Amino acid sequence: MNLLDIKNNDRAVIKSIPEGEAGERLEALGLRTGKEIQKISGMPFEGPITLMLDGRHFAVAHGIAEQIEVETVHENENASIKKSSAWPKFI
Amino acid sequence: MRCGECGRCFNIKHQPGNGESPDIKRVLLMGNPNVGKSVFFSHLTGTQALSSNYPGTTVGFTEGTMSYGGKYAHLIDVPGAYTLDPTNEAEEIARRMLEDGADIVIIVIDATALERNLVMALQVLEHGIPAVVALNMVDEARHRGILIDIPQLEAALGVPVVPTVAVTGQGLNSLTAKMSEARVSNLKHMSKEKRWQVIGEIIAKVQIVTHRHHTMMDMLEDASARPVIGVIMGIIVLLLGFAVIRFIGESIISYITDPVFEKLWIPVLDRLNAALGDSHLRSILIGQMVDGSINLEQSLGVLSTGVYVEFGMVLPYIIAFYAGLSFLEDFGYLPRLAVIFDALLHRFGIHGYAIIPTLLGFGCNVPGILATRVLESDRERFIAATLISVGIPCVSIQAMLSATLGKFGLIYIGSVYVIMFVVWMILGRIMHLTLSGFSPELIVEIPPYRIPSFSAWRNKIWFRIKDFLCEATPLVLLGILLVNILGNLGVMDWTARMLSPLFENMLGLPAAAAIPIVMGIFRKDIAMGLLIPLGLTAGQTLIAVVVLAMTFPCIATFIILWKELGWKRMLLSSAIMLAAALLTGSLLNMLFSIAHIK
Repeated sequence: MNLLDIKNNDRAVIKSIPEGEAGERLEALGLRTGKEIQKISGMPFEGPITLMLDGRHFAVAHGIAEQIEVETVHENENASIKKSSAWPKFI
Repeated sequence: MRCGECGRCFNIKHQPGNGESPDIKRVLLMGNPNVGKSVFFSHLTGTQALSSNYPGTTVGFTEGTMSYGGKYAHLIDVPGAYTLDPTNEAEEIARRMLEDGADIVIIVIDATALERNLVMALQVLEHGIPAVVALNMVDEARHRGILIDIPQLEAALGVPVVPTVAVTGQGLNSLTAKMSEARVSNLKHMSKEKRWQVIGEIIAKVQIVTHRHHTMMDMLEDASARPVIGVIMGIIVLLLGFAVIRFIGESIISYITDPVFEKLWIPVLDRLNAALGDSHLRSILIGQMVDGSINLEQSLGVLSTGVYVEFGMVLPYIIAFYAGLSFLEDFGYLPRLAVIFDALLHRFGIHGYAIIPTLLGFGCNVPGILATRVLESDRERFIAATLISVGIPCVSIQAMLSATLGKFGLIYIGSVYVIMFVVWMILGRIMHLTLSGFSPELIVEIPPYRIPSFSAWRNKIWFRIKDFLCEATPLVLLGILLVNILGNLGVMDWTARMLSPLFENMLGLPAAAAIPIVMGIFRKDIAMGLLIPLGLTAGQTLIAVVVLAMTFPCIATFIILWKELGWKRMLLSSAIMLAAALLTGSLLNMLFSIAHIK
């Protein structure tokens, strides 16, 4: 499963990032294996994916997002910290 | 203190007498992009460094002098870097500057993103140079529910840590005081994996993140990343921006610059005119009389039309434009536009971030082209710079087009923008498909929204206007002088006569229109003054204006392209410009004659 496959507002743990220059840039920003992220949105026409890591937003090109393997985190329904966007998914 | 050699940089080594004096310490200001290094620099040195709420504002570096503990130091604002294993030009510069050595490094850390900022901080500390850490934006971190144990962090890093809020100046005095206590950390060079492990341990020890509710700003941040709402917000922001810019620009013109020119400048010119009599100098400086008097738009002299267009028509809009843009910049909106435009720009071989230099280009192409430095590869920079200089009309081109086409109606002005947008897209696509090389894809941090500080905003507008006046304006005026001299020698008429068949057959313009267009490549103001009296039809004026708008705005643009891209690529860029302008003009001419538009 990669970053494109998961739904908006889903939380996921990064399983692997691409190798090479793109991977280095992701890592430098703190987007590395083992970190938990939340997908915010994806722009149409193969636009970038916006995601949140430690309370910060990042945008990653479509082609790079495709190479970021993730695993969704199943949130406990009773979890006290349940972050969800205030905006309905369809807009 | 400016250096004596070039008069522009602050490099003390250039200053006579200061040489390699041992009393002067070399201090580096380092940190991740967008953590406020430039704000520190401005406060500590009292000079200006441009800061924005997006990563990558400082690509070159700025130097200045500061004092601490009674000593003078040479402070260098190093471009922001996420890591010292370089992934772009700014990081390469940062690494080299550190390797050149320093007496003290001030490491600026963003308290709201401690973990990521520690990567670079640790890398710097591993170099064994005495350092102090400025933990910046502690107010915002607190607001976000992030608590950092400063004594613990000091112990972990082995160097002094000072909490600061750079925009308000809070903590800066303690920072300079602590500089005398700068120490070499006991951290030794380590592998990437080990470093992440150390960072994990530090974070666990010093940082507590408490939950907080969504604020208005968070909602706004989320909204601008949504496909539909985000795009609607983008359109509203841009339209509102244009409306505000127009309002401010027109207000400055009607209440300030026009009265000044009419009441103060014209009388001066009248006297000069009388004094010079009928000479070559008069026709260069003042130009021709229109209906027996000096006409600021049509006399075409360096001091009449040249000065009026630059200061009476363009400068007010430059002020208005940078006031609007700088606000959006400091608010943190521009990187959101990068997200919206990435899908489109990606197809031109540049990524979404190129929208920032492109927007700057609507003010003046020169800073726009300079700002393409935020892009990673040479290929992207060439595409972005060429697209800006061909497809993005700067303030003076926009002034020219509204002055010449205004009387035919808004639809004609609008069509020029639409035509240029289409050309911009086609040209981008063609360059992407034909140019060799690789364009990296978008990976950026989107900064949080922040309410801009008034003084930072004001300083920034002033900084940019000063740049425009000092860098672009002299070249523009020089270009006007040169063209006027050539005109007086008959060179321009001769060139225009040679090229007139081209204009008549390809563009459907009378031979007389060749002069404004040929001259217009070097000075846009003249086009307006020369085109209006020709009595062209609306269709012909539109073609002439499109051709002029697509050629480079002024001599300054050629020079900046040369400096930034090298002369070979500047020539290639110019060839693309000429081909695109002539082709578009010819196509329009064909289209108009088929559709019987006059």
